[in-house]
Amino acid sequence: MILSIKYFGLLAEVTGRSEEKIEFSGKSISDLKTILFQKYEVLKNKDFQIAQDNELTANETMVTATEIALLPPFAGG
Amino acid sequence: MNRYSRHIILPEIGQEGQDRLSKSKVLVVGAGGLGCPVLQYLAAGGIGKIGIIDFDTVSESNLQRQILFGASTLGINKAIAAKAKLEDLNNTILIKAYPEKLTHKNALAIFQDYDIIVDGTDNFSTRYLVNDASIITNKPLVYAGIYKFEGQVSVFNYKKGPSYRCLFPKQPENGSIPNCSEIGVLGVLPGIIGTLQANEVIKLILGIGEVLSGKVLYYNSLNHQINFIKVNRSEKEIKKVMDTKTFFETLDEKINCEMPIKVISIQDAINKKNVQWIDVRDQNINPEINHSEVLQIPLNDLEQNLNKIDLSKEHVFFCQAGIKSKKAASILQSHQIHTGSSLKNGADEVLQYFNNKNYDR
Repeated sequence: MILSIKYFGLLAEVTGRSEEKIEFSGKSISDLKTILFQKYEVLKNKDFQIAQDNELTANETMVTATEIALLPPFAGG
Repeated sequence: MNRYSRHIILPEIGQEGQDRLSKSKVLVVGAGGLGCPVLQYLAAGGIGKIGIIDFDTVSESNLQRQILFGASTLGINKAIAAKAKLEDLNNTILIKAYPEKLTHKNALAIFQDYDIIVDGTDNFSTRYLVNDASIITNKPLVYAGIYKFEGQVSVFNYKKGPSYRCLFPKQPENGSIPNCSEIGVLGVLPGIIGTLQANEVIKLILGIGEVLSGKVLYYNSLNHQINFIKVNRSEKEIKKVMDTKTFFETLDEKINCEMPIKVISIQDAINKKNVQWIDVRDQNINPEINHSEVLQIPLNDLEQNLNKIDLSKEHVFFCQAGIKSKKAASILQSHQIHTGSSLKNGADEVLQYFNNKNYDR
């Protein structure tokens, strides 16, 4: 399926985009991470959480929604 | 009362709501980009007691966004400068300045005196400290973080809702994500995000509207995109924090308390098969334990002597009363060595054990 991936904060900078569509044939969030790490090696050592359909999700969760977001923590105040 | 008349004529607030605001006590941690607008609206709105904790002093590069300060307060502690400015804004409320650093040692006692905590800090170790102390003292936490043109806001620890650790369980290294002083920030951004925090505080107190709990708001000032991400409470993460309650004050700033320290009895220690005993008391403290199986590393020297830790074994740290040993085990943990435990009581029991076991002095 076609996933729409949103990158927030620092992640938008290191990937060079705030949003993109990718073709995904894997199953879990963990599979998706593997694909994203291949595409953007720099993501490997970044801290972030993944949300699907605007809900935080765990690695072992199946990808069932097409809206994915990569959320980094923000240090600044 | 004229000052609050625009609040009072709102049927949603009224005199009753205004009285509730004036009976409330709110602590703002950090009087920086976020803290300033939060403080300004809380003081103007008539929050009865406001605490401000910040150890830092005002510098010129703060003035682009930290709107409580000016030329006359350069070099002055931010908590004290903010208090003076806010007292001019509203002299009918109580403002307490804490010109000091928030630490594990002072956090619980300070938080205890307030109803709501606001996170306006600028680094991860303090954010996790604020989160953990809010969990332990059971105070709602109005959180925000900013990055260049983006912000995130949420209310944590509210009515059994999630905490910051439920959103980001793993504490990033300080410096892994740049803060405003390192990478820059649009001056108006903390104004927008901090004002959202003040709004949540007021709503929490008044009990009106929908509290931003169980979700994080992401805001992008460049395109006004707003996303709400649902976050669930993780009992596991909450429990990890609650398990540090009894020794929270002894956790040093740089120690990361991701996992609770295992505290064991002498019997548990004896039952372990492959153990390295480590005495972390200072030298020349009675009872002296000189035994081939006991390694002596005073707590203060531990970081420099990690090479003496035998990674093929489990480690039982002990001291006089089980406090230094807990710290030792957490220092080990901060170096990703998770095989250390802390002996509950201390050296007397160890001495007895080795005496019974043909103490070979």
